[in-house]
Amino acid sequence: MKAAVVTFPGSNCDRDLATAFEKMGFQVTRVWHKDSALPEGTDVVGLPGGFSFGDYLRCGAIAAQSPIAAAVQAHAARGGYVLGICNGFQVLTEMRLLPGALMRNAGLKFLCKTVTLKVATQDSPFTNAIPKGAEIQIPIAHHDGNYTIDAEGLKALQDQDRIAFTYAQNPNGATADIAGVLSANRRVLGMMPHPERVIEPEQGGTDGRGLFASLISGMALA
Amino acid sequence: MTDPVITPEIVASHGLKPDEWERLLGIIGREPTFTELGIFSAMWNEHCSYKSSKKWLRTLPTTGPQVICGPGENAGVVDIGDGQAVIFKMESHNHPSYIEPYQGAATGVGGILRDVFTMGARPIAAMNALSFGEPSHPKTKQLVKGVVEGVGGYGNAFGVPTVGGEVRFHRSYNGNCLVNAFAAGLADADKIFYSVASGVGMPVVYLGAKTGRDGVGGATMASAEFDETIEEKRPTVQVGDPFTEKRLLEACLELMASGAVISIQDMGAAGLTCSAVEMGDKGGLGIKLQLDQVPQREANMTAYEMMLSESQERMLMVLKPELEDVARAIFVKWDLDFAIVGETIAEDRFLIMHGNEIKADLPLSKLSSSAPEYDRPWVESPRPEPLPPLPRIGALEALRSLLSSPSYAQKAWVYEQYDAQVLADTIRKPGLGAGVVRVHGTKKALAFTSDVTPRYVKANPFEGGKQAVAEAYRNLTAVGALPLATTDNLNFGNPEKPEIMGQLVGALKGIGAACIALDMPIVSGNVSLYNETDGKGILPTPTIGAVGLLADAATLIGGLPQTGDRAVVIGRTLGHLGQSALLAEAFGIEAGDPPPVDLVAEKRNGDFIRAHGAAFHACTDLSDGGLGLAAFEMAEGAGLGLTLVMADVATLFGEDQARYLVSVAPDALPALKAAAEAAGVALADVGSFGGDSVTLGDETAALAELSALYRGAFAQAVA
Repeated sequence: MKAAVVTFPGSNCDRDLATAFEKMGFQVTRVWHKDSALPEGTDVVGLPGGFSFGDYLRCGAIAAQSPIAAAVQAHAARGGYVLGICNGFQVLTEMRLLPGALMRNAGLKFLCKTVTLKVATQDSPFTNAIPKGAEIQIPIAHHDGNYTIDAEGLKALQDQDRIAFTYAQNPNGATADIAGVLSANRRVLGMMPHPERVIEPEQGGTDGRGLFASLISGMALA
Repeated sequence: MTDPVITPEIVASHGLKPDEWERLLGIIGREPTFTELGIFSAMWNEHCSYKSSKKWLRTLPTTGPQVICGPGENAGVVDIGDGQAVIFKMESHNHPSYIEPYQGAATGVGGILRDVFTMGARPIAAMNALSFGEPSHPKTKQLVKGVVEGVGGYGNAFGVPTVGGEVRFHRSYNGNCLVNAFAAGLADADKIFYSVASGVGMPVVYLGAKTGRDGVGGATMASAEFDETIEEKRPTVQVGDPFTEKRLLEACLELMASGAVISIQDMGAAGLTCSAVEMGDKGGLGIKLQLDQVPQREANMTAYEMMLSESQERMLMVLKPELEDVARAIFVKWDLDFAIVGETIAEDRFLIMHGNEIKADLPLSKLSSSAPEYDRPWVESPRPEPLPPLPRIGALEALRSLLSSPSYAQKAWVYEQYDAQVLADTIRKPGLGAGVVRVHGTKKALAFTSDVTPRYVKANPFEGGKQAVAEAYRNLTAVGALPLATTDNLNFGNPEKPEIMGQLVGALKGIGAACIALDMPIVSGNVSLYNETDGKGILPTPTIGAVGLLADAATLIGGLPQTGDRAVVIGRTLGHLGQSALLAEAFGIEAGDPPPVDLVAEKRNGDFIRAHGAAFHACTDLSDGGLGLAAFEMAEGAGLGLTLVMADVATLFGEDQARYLVSVAPDALPALKAAAEAAGVALADVGSFGGDSVTLGDETAALAELSALYRGAFAQAVA
């Protein structure tokens, strides 16, 4: 399984995501935002957390215009997997690969804590190895994680079972407690919490493993 | 543009005293130009020259087999084995943070991170020690909000986990808050970069952000007392850009790996002036700068402004000329400014050209070496007021008075605004003692803590200085780490007052004694004086930042107490209430001697804790608030109740030093008792963990009630 982790200027969870992929058995290549192509044979693209371009203008907006963005779009259009975490989720919404937008937290403060997530669907390559309804403990660390979508868009997500994770206790005001959403083909996942931070017991938990394990087994089947 | 004529008023506004002005004239043998006056003022202010403290700083222990580089460089360097080193320092940004809390705190974080990566280290942990005025003071809430957001805003975006720190409140900080920022980084011990320039005719290269007018005169401002004109000083505070700093970090580390860097210095206080002089001075070289080449953010900047600007996110380097293209390509990749602004020269000159004009021509070696140094008069601090007869208070009422004080309540409101886990190596998060991060890709881990009890230092500077180091030692020990080395951030009032100077001298003697006894040499530090407003000084606050090593992260003592565990105190309890948190919070009494620090007992008990870490489910040091507060925090953190057998307030809330609280499974206790006896260490089984209530002697309260108080008090007081 080949993962490509993109670094934008201001990304700061790129190494963490690459390390998590590696620990879970992926072969990882690091990609620079000025590159115009992904490595040959990339299965999954990882868009990491951080503050790409300083989060100036609007979180993820400038990164979505990077040279690599076109290659990521093409990869997704071909049915490739894309995982965007935190700032990566913001980038995916700015690229219109995922609907909605991430607004400032309702409390207006940056928030770093471990939260309980509910796995809202098992029907995705990112969650197929985690029981539906399972509760997992995953850290969040964001200032702009308040997922916002209009009623029509929300209905579509619900009707199509595209909400991947919800917060057990909403920390940021997100619409319908949404922590992560899937694309229509279910192969693009954006989420605010950081599964890459809970891979090994010393990190305080291992609930992040299920997502990567799902991806490996899902891709093996595909 | 013509420079102003130099008048006695202009000299005074540069912070130069009449005798210092005479000294300046003696050195250069003529009247200085306006730019030269600015350069002298920057080099000779307290912040850059340590002129009041140097004599006493020299007495600190700074060497040891673990020390690779002690004070004098951007940060201290300490060996952590396997060819790796930890690089760290703590620095204050007090005055800027009071004037403009968000940017003041943010640039404080930015500055200390730059100090660390200037030496070739990737920052892996940060801490922040904050002291604010009374919660009821009209400025306090705004300062707390702005400072905490500024710390988070910069550190979170840069991508360094903030793993620890302190927050306290006291009326002495009403007009002068303290923001002490710590950063630590990791590098290979043979790939550390220093500021010493070498070689004549080497290009001096400017990197990073453009130079603007922000922060002109900032270092001079930071070395003056405050009065009602502080609002006018807002433009001297710099503005931070963590996005540029992150790119500067990555570009600098790439550049260093390329082999192109001879010497490097970050532009911090007094910007271009300080960094250029430092590189030249250490290398025994002169420096020539052509200011027209300096990347400028604003039009028509004068030489004076460029030399004194404190614009952030800038670096100065001396590069190998043959690798200039390699270096330039790296900076183009990261979209950062890169300009050759001068060269090293053989003569002892600091030559500043702007257009065809010589704006300054000074003997470079004299700029720092000839800075004034004072042996300021000092007096021994008076003995504190004796302890009055103690008002009666019940054990639970005493506990509640601490839990409801923002200084002792849970600080989640603060630390949840800091990213504590970026880099994914944090194995002990903020909230309970030292923070711990893994050394990436190894089995090692590093522990970090910052400590001081200013009330103690005021009451007895020598014992208070010792205590700050001892508490840091205990916090590192309590997570199973071996304390390695220390950085000191000395915050005091006006050193021209003998009683303030006496506090500084006493505290430094105490710090030195403790650092020797506990084998934690000082490897870096910062002095912040003139922390006074309208003539009133702060509590003397020598913040101690310290780093410890876990050779194997698996030996971390980082767990939680289990139901049924015994609560066991290691170390002798005498019930010392002088200068205690309980007296201050419950009765507003700050009297009596602070607890004496027995450094032999500290060492013995610390060694015992590290040797028996495997026997503990959890461990914490006992400091202000004593056993009662520490035991509550340990239990509450695990969601457990607590029973302590005693109801005596002095025993519960006394602050005797050299003590730890450990939680131990009942069946492990006999062996621990035997070991303690053999080691000559006092051990007392004082109660147990479990249930959903808190019992102190014969008083009981619901855990949920106390927990709500503990978790809510901070936000209630200041948010």
